[in-house]
Amino acid sequence: MAVKTAPDAPAPLSTGVVAEPAARRFWAWLNKRMPVDEFITSQVTDYFAPKNFNIWYFFGSIALGVLVLQLLSGIYLTMFYKVGETTSFDSVEFIMREVNYGWLIRYLHSTGASAFFIVVYLHMYRALLYGSYRAPRELLWLIGMLVYLALMAEAFMGYVLPWGNMSFWGAQVIVNLFGTIPGIGPGLVEWIRGDYGIADATLNRFFALHVALIPLALLLLVVLHLAALHETGSNNPDGIEIKDKAGRDGKPLDGIPFHPYYTVKDVFGFGVFAVLFAIVLFFVPTLGGLFLEAPNFEPANPLSTPEHIAPVWYFTPYYAILRAVPDQRLGALLMLLAVSAFLFLPWLDRSPVKSIRYKGWMSRTALTLFTVAFVALGYLGLQPAEGLYVVLARIFTVIYFLFFLLMPFYTKLDPVKPVPERVVYHAH
Amino acid sequence: MADHAVVADDEVDLSRRKFLTTATIATGAVGVAFAAVPFIASWSPSERARAQGAPVELDLSKIDAGQMTTTVWRRSPIYVVRRTPDMVARISGHDAELKDPTSQYSDQPPYARNTLRSRTAEFLVLVGTCTHLGCLPKQRFAQAELYPSWPGGFFCPCHGSRFDLAGRVFNGSPASINLRVPPYSYPDPRTLRIGVDEKGAA
Repeated sequence: MAVKTAPDAPAPLSTGVVAEPAARRFWAWLNKRMPVDEFITSQVTDYFAPKNFNIWYFFGSIALGVLVLQLLSGIYLTMFYKVGETTSFDSVEFIMREVNYGWLIRYLHSTGASAFFIVVYLHMYRALLYGSYRAPRELLWLIGMLVYLALMAEAFMGYVLPWGNMSFWGAQVIVNLFGTIPGIGPGLVEWIRGDYGIADATLNRFFALHVALIPLALLLLVVLHLAALHETGSNNPDGIEIKDKAGRDGKPLDGIPFHPYYTVKDVFGFGVFAVLFAIVLFFVPTLGGLFLEAPNFEPANPLSTPEHIAPVWYFTPYYAILRAVPDQRLGALLMLLAVSAFLFLPWLDRSPVKSIRYKGWMSRTALTLFTVAFVALGYLGLQPAEGLYVVLARIFTVIYFLFFLLMPFYTKLDPVKPVPERVVYHAH
Repeated sequence: MADHAVVADDEVDLSRRKFLTTATIATGAVGVAFAAVPFIASWSPSERARAQGAPVELDLSKIDAGQMTTTVWRRSPIYVVRRTPDMVARISGHDAELKDPTSQYSDQPPYARNTLRSRTAEFLVLVGTCTHLGCLPKQRFAQAELYPSWPGGFFCPCHGSRFDLAGRVFNGSPASINLRVPPYSYPDPRTLRIGVDEKGAA
């Protein structure tokens, strides 16, 4: 090919190491044994992504960056943390006060957990905006939801490990949710705890799940998520399939190679994220009790419930739903349904268009109301369950579920706008 | 040249192969199920946890009338209240406001399945964890302490469940059953033994 021989043309990454004959020979040796070159070409340099990505498309790669951050800081925490009913709390204080830079590693991990959820929620919201869950990306969406569920389990168990009083009572409340399952509930709760109450046995197994089993599952799911993404290709703000409009070379007219265009964009995006993250990390690591709650700086006490039990902010919308229902079994069931409702989105949305840009006033109103309800429930979950708060939580719970239940109807009746042939793109 | 190994496609007996494949998978699945047993069973309470769940005793003479003491049995707080005649009187009269006034659906030994939910009127013995999600209900024994018609009882700060002085749950609470009563007995009039009764240890 002429491009390769042109002296001033940038050589493709795969052949970027040809300068040294020895390196070239090694590259050839390697590729005969493992398809490295083929992989880089098909998945990075010759993988086409829509050219009209906007700010919403930063959050997937940022989430990947935060995952790496959590794995690294988590591995370092296990070097100093001592799991056990009598040692956990003290060892976290030891990390915070005596290990060199221990405070930084611990706050990286605890702030990273909240950052992870912020980024993942924005990433999911992008899918709601532009219909990224629609065919042919249903499986991509389902795997993503499994990542979200695994992340919730990971965050919950991680919050138990410092063995503060909120760790203990949070574990008590969440584990008891399983007790509402008819028949097997009480036995199941005892099996999960490994004792007649939340105890050393519970703490130990949560540690094992938090540092080994769930991270492994998360990594596997992320690989599957990316594999599914690279099969269908990314959606975009217009919700148009770029593969449908290919040039004479068979490449999508509205696509650009992932590398270098989006690698550069994603690195920049992560840089901006890192600045914001550092501000929280160094100046307000607990964010006024939102990222780390005050009662968790007291050791676990099975004989003293904190005055007001609230989970960390990322669980509060579901917690508000749980508390809005004056029946424990129904409350737990609605909470479960609220989390899993997202799984059904690909089949609930019957709109002829994917993106909010071309959807009509019905879908727009529904999504706006849902956004308000989700944020409001998140706020109400942090407040005590009394008076007006409970009434409001009930109203927003109804709105939350109507968004999903009525979706097949309003998306079908919605007066949609015509979708353009090609993606909308303004050169900068 | 005739080759005895080559058989035309339509002559291959696939049903035998299918049977063998299915049988192999089924046998393997049974093996996996058996191999999973020790791993699943390892999560149940250990021998040590079980031993530490043995019955506990409490000296009742140390509780004043109208007072509550908390002891621990099986990692659960056990509330023991010495009710005054006035407190006992305040247990009746609000049955209509209760979810389960006769303890039909609640969890208690047969001798506590009565209005006062106890063996004797004086002592109330309860598992001090809310039947909603396990927080510790707080004592609000005084009349009208929560609101004018409040007869006295327990209030859970987590999700707002309310119980009367017999541990019976009020309407409008997220908890749907009354506070649990552990098995207990009196080896002598001054001693309460929690975790064991006529039927034996729990």
